[in-house]
Amino acid sequence: MLAALIVPVVARLRYELGFILALAGVGLSAAASIWSLVYVLDNGTMHYNLGGWAPPVGIEYVVDLISAFVAVIVTSVATLVIIGTRRWADREAGDRLGSFYGLVMLLITGLVGMVVTGDLFNLFVFLEISSLAAYALVFLGGGRAMLAGFRYLILGSVGGSFYMLGVGFLYFSTGTLNMGEMKDILTDDATARSVQAGAAFIFAGLGLKMALVPMHLWLPDAYTFAPSSVNTLIAPIMTKVGAYAMIRMFLSVFPDGYLKDVVPIGDALLVLGLIGIIFGSVAAMSQKDIRRMLAYSSISQLALIAVGVGLGTPLGLVAALLHIMNHAVMKATLFMAAASVRFTSGITQVADFTGLGRRMPFTMGAFTLGALAMVGIPPATGFFSKWYAVQAGIESSQWIVVAVVLVSSLLTAVYLFRILESAYLHPLQPEPSHGHDVPDGFGETEQELALEAQAREAPLDMAIPTVVLGLSTVVLGVLNAVIVINILEPGIA
Amino acid sequence: MIETYSSITPLIAVLLPVAAALLVLLTGERFRNVRDSWSTIAALVMVAVVASMLPDVLDGRVPQTTIIEISPGIDIMLRADSAGMIFALLASSLWVLASVYAVGYMRAEHEHKQTRFFVAYALSLGAAAGVAFSANLLTFVLFYELLTLVTFPLVTHRETEAAIVAGRKYLTYTLSGGLMLIGGTAWVHMLGIDGTFVAGGLMADENISKATAWGLLMLLMVGVGVKSAVMPLHGWLPSAMVAPTPVSALLHAVAVVKAGVFGVVRMIVFVFGAELLREMDAWQVIAVLAAATLLIGSMLALRHDNLKRRLAYSTISHLSYIVLGVALLGPIALTGALLHIVGHGVTKITLFFVAGTINAHTHKENVSQLDGIGRQMPITMGAFTLAALSMAGVPPFVLFTSKFYLGWGAAEVDQQIFMVVYLVSGVLAAGYLFPVVYRAFWKRSPDHVAYGEADMRMVVPLAITGVLALFLGIAPNLPFSFFELATNVATAAFGPVEALAGGAR
Repeated sequence: MLAALIVPVVARLRYELGFILALAGVGLSAAASIWSLVYVLDNGTMHYNLGGWAPPVGIEYVVDLISAFVAVIVTSVATLVIIGTRRWADREAGDRLGSFYGLVMLLITGLVGMVVTGDLFNLFVFLEISSLAAYALVFLGGGRAMLAGFRYLILGSVGGSFYMLGVGFLYFSTGTLNMGEMKDILTDDATARSVQAGAAFIFAGLGLKMALVPMHLWLPDAYTFAPSSVNTLIAPIMTKVGAYAMIRMFLSVFPDGYLKDVVPIGDALLVLGLIGIIFGSVAAMSQKDIRRMLAYSSISQLALIAVGVGLGTPLGLVAALLHIMNHAVMKATLFMAAASVRFTSGITQVADFTGLGRRMPFTMGAFTLGALAMVGIPPATGFFSKWYAVQAGIESSQWIVVAVVLVSSLLTAVYLFRILESAYLHPLQPEPSHGHDVPDGFGETEQELALEAQAREAPLDMAIPTVVLGLSTVVLGVLNAVIVINILEPGIA
Repeated sequence: MIETYSSITPLIAVLLPVAAALLVLLTGERFRNVRDSWSTIAALVMVAVVASMLPDVLDGRVPQTTIIEISPGIDIMLRADSAGMIFALLASSLWVLASVYAVGYMRAEHEHKQTRFFVAYALSLGAAAGVAFSANLLTFVLFYELLTLVTFPLVTHRETEAAIVAGRKYLTYTLSGGLMLIGGTAWVHMLGIDGTFVAGGLMADENISKATAWGLLMLLMVGVGVKSAVMPLHGWLPSAMVAPTPVSALLHAVAVVKAGVFGVVRMIVFVFGAELLREMDAWQVIAVLAAATLLIGSMLALRHDNLKRRLAYSTISHLSYIVLGVALLGPIALTGALLHIVGHGVTKITLFFVAGTINAHTHKENVSQLDGIGRQMPITMGAFTLAALSMAGVPPFVLFTSKFYLGWGAAEVDQQIFMVVYLVSGVLAAGYLFPVVYRAFWKRSPDHVAYGEADMRMVVPLAITGVLALFLGIAPNLPFSFFELATNVATAAFGPVEALAGGAR
């Protein structure tokens, strides 16, 4: 049954029909994820032993509510993004389209694998699969992307190695790689120094993958210079899976409270997260390139997830997990909209967004929804992850968390409203004359109407996924209680 | 005491403006006559819908809609209680007039992007109705934030540099306020308190420490204090006057700022309750701040030559009349405060309508330019005179009634000093408005153009609101039983309203 998640994979390499097969693959994967979520909701956690070997020896796959939830997010967002960026892929990958989609499939396989695996070493394997695919995809950008990709590769490999070292330490003292068994053993006895060292290494590794400040240096360049078809795909989901792996460590590898009381990793996450929230937002304010701005915004939003995890309370984890979903959807919306704008007009600079609200009403409408969700205007999604994070902060009397989360909302508003302002409030070029020379009561000047006639919306197959993503920020926000009550709360308990 | 029953009517009232906004959007600029009639039709239907709930509410049966569980244990819930009805009735009935006026004004001014304008205009009414009918803190926060959002395009409508700067200022103030509200609301829930509004205070029976109560008070009151422009949180309001006048009229005399003071009512009366605030000695702080705002606002109004700015500071001052009335924690003062919400809405919208009409018709915007204008635009300036008399609290105008109750309420709780504040401010109001009337009717116009009255779509609404300012003073219970609703709220919150002289009824 789990095979369905992993199969649509490597066999798809080097096909002329790359797009169709990729879409079929990821669509199938999304369907399988949704099916497993439904299955887990009804029947409880799924276990699957690869190759039929029983867990301590063989590799076990575990799908519980949390992993099914994250898998659904990853695959469904990926599906929409792949549809939406098809034209970009055609343009950017050129004759290497087959390998492009092959890499995309590898990436998604890696990510889904990380989510469903119940084995620490296997997680490393999938981590590296997805990372390698991501490096290669970034390289497709050529030019400055080569440098960005190289930096990503170096830092990413360092992160992977840290993780691997940590797993080595743990294996050394427990003799197992299976998460469930590891937790049992560590619950009995976790005093060994090597376990503490292992925990520290693992968190350094995963922290780098989720771009926790100060380990974020690879991210802005990689997102900015990667091809649009690539950054739209990796920005929403890649770092999220790193964050998920972090949560997994808290829930199913280390004993309850261990990472708070014995090794102060919870506090480290909290502090770095708080710094990251502010740093990311402030850095985003001064960016001129929209992709770079969104990249810094990602750093800030991921830091919010880290804060939720760092608080370590059930409410904090709910906030973190909900924000994984919310941020995936919101960031996908924003990156899709940015990619569409670049596709039709070549615009990447924030200052050039003037008048786009009229020219691309649907794309910019979706962008607006995504932006408002990021700011945290209810009832869009972003509000609720902040709401739970604030509640979690109050619950554990961490007032600084409350303050930072609330202030970050305002900072987010500052950098996102810049774009909305120029898209909606600055006139189209050339500047339309204001009013009085037109016959009685005509609100729109001739010029404006003429410019509107030239309006160019993105092609339908780009606009529709963007709008679907944008609307889902609202729908998921309204339905958040359903998700929290049925999936997240029982999943954490 | 109050029984609730499930009904979809409050939700319909909130959704009607949204439907109107959609129709406006779909109709577009090409069929502008059709487009512009949607708002008025929706407004009329909305008044009917809201008013249809009135008999039940007066009987103590409150319609309530539970929409969806939005966070574990917390519902999005609308409830048309007496306090909400006052605000909703006021907002929806003034929307009828304001939408007619807006059409006249926007066309006379040749404003651009009128479709966007009317969409946002309608949506802000929906958000205001949502604020009015919110049954718990989280629902209130939701609509309060939405109100901020949909009014942003109205403030920045002109798209000039000044408008954009004002818009940023507006957003900064109101979003910060919203965040305080969110923080406060989250805290209330983390204390394990149900956030549903209860007359007399939802925290009344809870055992919370003084420090916690102060923290909550800070967060929640600053949150609503921003929109009610209590100093020092008032900075956004005068700058927001760059918006087209129908926006200033409806939003900065009715929807937005009244959502703020309505929030103050909700927080003080329905969240904290009199007992807790007396125990904390907190009401004095609010009352002193409000009294200071009231006096300083009036004095600043005296200084401004620009008519709209003068009115803006007058608004700041009058909002604090209401805040002070609520903070006095007495039934009579609260009755006065709620009546003042209605009275000030009707009166101030008249003044803004007049300012906008003069500006659109003659391009004059300063008081010093208005010499002799009363002879040229007698109906317009006549309405202005009625409203000015009302603002100064001359009997039997509506603001006399409310000020009478406010002053009496201050005496009731033995705070005669605040009665003096009310009286002084009344004199100041006469000081900043009567000179306008004097110039308009008694001075000669320096220019030779004979203007005549403006577009009827502007003149008729402002004449109606001007007359209403007088009419509601004589019969505050007609047509919507505002007086009875207000006393109902006050009785439920602070005990019976005693010895009501028959005169006002």
